Amino acid sequence: MNDMTPTREQREAKLEGMGCKRKRVEDIRFTQGKGNYVDDLKLPGMLHGDFVRSPHSHARVKKIDDTEALKVPGVLAVITAETLKTVNLAWMPTLAGDVQMVLADGKVLFQNQEVAFVVATDRYAADDGINKVVVEYEPLPVVIDPFKAMDKDAPVLREDLAGKTTGAHGPRKHHNHIFEWTVGDKDLTDAAFRKAEVTIKEMISYHRTHPSPLETCQCVCSFDKIKGELSIWGTFQAPHVIRTVVALIAKIPEHKIHVISPDIGGGFGNKVGAYPGYICVAVASIVTGKPVKWVEDRIENLTATSFARDYHMTTEIASTKEGKVTGLRVHVLADHGAFDACADPSKWPAGFFNIVTGSYDFPTAHLSVDGIYTNKAPGGVAYRCSFRVTEAAYCIERAMDILAQKLGMDPAELRLKNFIKAEQFPYHSALGWEYDSGDYHTAMRKMMETVDYAGLRKEQAALRAAFKRGETREIMGLGVSFFTEIVGAGPSKNCDILGIAMFDSCEIRLHPTGAGIARVGSKSQGQGHETTWAQIIATEIGIPADDIMVEEGNTDTAPYGLGTYGSRSTPVAGAAIAMAARKIKAKAQMIAAYKLEVHEDDLEWDIDGFRVKGLPEKTMSMKDICWAAYNSVPPGMEPGLEAVSYYDPPNMTYPFGAYICVMNIDVDTGVYKVRRFYALDDCGTRINPMIIEGQVHGGLTEAFAIAMGQEIRYDADGNVVTGSFMDFFMPTAVETPHWETDFTVTPSPHHPIGAKGVGESPNVGGVPAFSNAVNDAFSFLGSTHIQMPHDYWRNWKAAKDLGVFA
Amino acid sequence: MIPGPFSYHRPVTVADAVKLLSTLGDEARPLAGGHSLVPMMKLRLASPEHLVDLHGIAGLKGIRRDGNTIVIGAMTTQHELLASDEIGMSLPILDETVLLIADPQVRYRGTIGGNVANGDPGNDMPALMMTLGASYRLEGASGAREVAATEFYQGAYFTALEPGELLTAISIPVPAAGHGYAYEKLKRKVGDYATAAAAVVLTMAGGKVVTCKIGLTNLSETPLLAEDAAKVVIGTSLDPASLKKASAAAVAIMSPASDARGPVEYRKHVGGIMVTRALQRAAGRAR
Repeated sequence: MNDMTPTREQREAKLEGMGCKRKRVEDIRFTQGKGNYVDDLKLPGMLHGDFVRSPHSHARVKKIDDTEALKVPGVLAVITAETLKTVNLAWMPTLAGDVQMVLADGKVLFQNQEVAFVVATDRYAADDGINKVVVEYEPLPVVIDPFKAMDKDAPVLREDLAGKTTGAHGPRKHHNHIFEWTVGDKDLTDAAFRKAEVTIKEMISYHRTHPSPLETCQCVCSFDKIKGELSIWGTFQAPHVIRTVVALIAKIPEHKIHVISPDIGGGFGNKVGAYPGYICVAVASIVTGKPVKWVEDRIENLTATSFARDYHMTTEIASTKEGKVTGLRVHVLADHGAFDACADPSKWPAGFFNIVTGSYDFPTAHLSVDGIYTNKAPGGVAYRCSFRVTEAAYCIERAMDILAQKLGMDPAELRLKNFIKAEQFPYHSALGWEYDSGDYHTAMRKMMETVDYAGLRKEQAALRAAFKRGETREIMGLGVSFFTEIVGAGPSKNCDILGIAMFDSCEIRLHPTGAGIARVGSKSQGQGHETTWAQIIATEIGIPADDIMVEEGNTDTAPYGLGTYGSRSTPVAGAAIAMAARKIKAKAQMIAAYKLEVHEDDLEWDIDGFRVKGLPEKTMSMKDICWAAYNSVPPGMEPGLEAVSYYDPPNMTYPFGAYICVMNIDVDTGVYKVRRFYALDDCGTRINPMIIEGQVHGGLTEAFAIAMGQEIRYDADGNVVTGSFMDFFMPTAVETPHWETDFTVTPSPHHPIGAKGVGESPNVGGVPAFSNAVNDAFSFLGSTHIQMPHDYWRNWKAAKDLGVFA
Repeated sequence: MIPGPFSYHRPVTVADAVKLLSTLGDEARPLAGGHSLVPMMKLRLASPEHLVDLHGIAGLKGIRRDGNTIVIGAMTTQHELLASDEIGMSLPILDETVLLIADPQVRYRGTIGGNVANGDPGNDMPALMMTLGASYRLEGASGAREVAATEFYQGAYFTALEPGELLTAISIPVPAAGHGYAYEKLKRKVGDYATAAAAVVLTMAGGKVVTCKIGLTNLSETPLLAEDAAKVVIGTSLDPASLKKASAAAVAIMSPASDARGPVEYRKHVGGIMVTRALQRAAGRAR
């Protein structure tokens, strides 16, 4: 070795593999305005389509008159349900086993529902046309309050389902009922409650909100009549699924459908499902023979494409006097809006809500969920969370605080007392999951020590005393949240979408000079896959991350994957990447053995290549192996160096974390101040700590928004009153608190690299932390539960209702 | 969110702008910063056939002192107000208020003339102008006139502007040396209109209030001058009882709408608190 020979540390550093805070390679184009989004696409002769939408939330459509619209210069066509019926596309299937109107067929069921699609030569003409379409409506009585949806005399919303007593998920109890889903042992749980020394019961609502990505939903379709091929560019989180859905409903052979997701400006679940806009641009392109673009505006995005949450969870815990939990009983009333368009794995009508036992060792539990129709927009997507996991985490974390209050125990102590212990993993929960790994006590204690939990409680006690003496108008709350997520959907034994197992995939192709390309079935919407996927490969096969190009989103070139949502990319696609890399490594080892003239077993891996055991100077770098793969492979071996892996995970992964929010509230105005927010995440093996930190910051900001004000609210007539960023709370950097992040590492035992996924943890764990802080602040005044969102006026109302101004 | 068709005009003198507005009639709208009008057009809640862009009129810009009056051209941006030493010295409450209007991007474009002339009860400047005793110069085909800010606002989006008239300048008497001032605004986030806001300008002597004006933003269809509340505190040391009385007198004239910022009861309640806090902070600043 001479001075020029890189040290092991230098060779390791050059890879920028797992554990490295590698800068995001995609940011070079994003920060210079050089991203390529759907709306950047301009095809020759491209037309534009836009919707006439319903001002009513429930009305019969008597007549649609397009006479004047067609006279507007530039307007070429007005598509209605009648047009779509000629191609059998007036309705489309949803991912949840329901059907949904593409355009209003006889009636409208929610405000801003799509009624007609105007196609024109430019966006301005399309909008001019919309204003000239005359629609005659006959308003009908509405169902807005979910608790009244199943009243005997409630208006019938879905006339198309008349007489159907069974839906996709079993019997329907009422004309506005979609499904009932039950899990757990009812008798055992009822018995636990009968014997319980202490019980609590609370209706905990998680209000309707919206993922509201920066870029709205958009799509361009171009049908080539000569080839019979349909090209679709769209904001799709799951492009392959979209291709299959289109093949199934449009009856175009799947190989003649090209779906491309270019750069996507955030998804958060909003861009998983299929929307009427996609169908309408496809039909418009087929009809006109020209490319057609549809771009949703902000109001349309907030009011018509998929909402999230709207779960109303009546929650009961049974416990001993000492605070050992003995049973959990939850009933959920799930408001799905006008159509059941939830984007869950097909067999899971309430997603993985049965993770609701959380981080605690409940000996028994029972859960039932009733899904219902109302006159609201359809959806129910996983807004930066695994399917209904945020709702479940909020439910149990709020309920544990309520139990602590009833027992007169500290909420952190109650949690420590009931945690699943490290030695109990793999742990089988009462509601059917096998938790792969965890060390909850260590994480919780680290959080408590870091923030001086005991000291904060002392400070709170002093401030409460001062408040009671009339010396201050501020109250202080500590919001503890300890969440367990279930992500990485999912094993083929229980997860599919429309019958397709929820595996994911990767294809790696290494070129002769030691650089290569990795194509993956996932689809980044800002998560940084181009950066992190290359890091996994770098560590696995010793090629620098900079020499690996990652490509996603083109269904013609990427292997079939189920896309990116529900924190599934790292648990599933990340595993496929590692497994594909290992196939390459195995072949590389054979080539190296041949070239070094030793037996394969005499080689060992060393950072970026192989060396002969006991002869450290006899080495062959991966770069050299790449070259050899194209000119001197062992006899009988195929040349080239590439591999494909389809990974069917054996289990989900279970990230967890300990969060705490310290908040003061001015009772006179309801104005709150987040004094401190500490988030400890355990996502197993950490691929890129910088990206993890960024993910946590983003998710916490969303959690803050949701808990403290962000909602999709309807008035009694079904009008959306939060349809713009003026009223839909989207915090800016000014409102957003400072985030402190921390971690423990408990690798997943079944994942090839031990990673669990992190993107959604902060949203899941953050919401209960904020809400518990508000509730904890008010608890000494006698309240047990205050519903979210906790915006200023509601905090003031809580104070008023508790007699603060009396 | 796509506006309808319109014609665009860009005059270079006030006379030309006034001429355009009077000849084009009701279908013409002047365009200043555009923060109110353009979103309305994109929602097609406003569909003017003609936009008369005022950005080409050099005479509508600038800040100057004329004796004891500060005269501000209508097309002066909020950013330019912040950058002005004259405003910083003579009218510090204007800077304090401007900083509570939206964010820097908005303030680079938003103008004081547009803010006061639109008649939007959510805008921050109108109540402040009433508090400061400002007047507006309105120019039309038949000449120019001065209207006091207190006489200008007639209802939500209804003002004393006659068809074809343009608000060209704002004159503000310089408050007394040593005056105390404060603008207290409760809002949900940056860029939001006030849930409730109060402007106070006062003078004190020997620990007692000598003069006082109180303005209220977004607590009625128009900006309000809380005259009874101001009277209550004159001659007092702003002791708790006087503050309580003043706040109650201000609340008595509030009639906000219930909206996503909160129900009427809440908005009035915090309106009273904004008055109290503005009075206390202004008193702390008075010399």
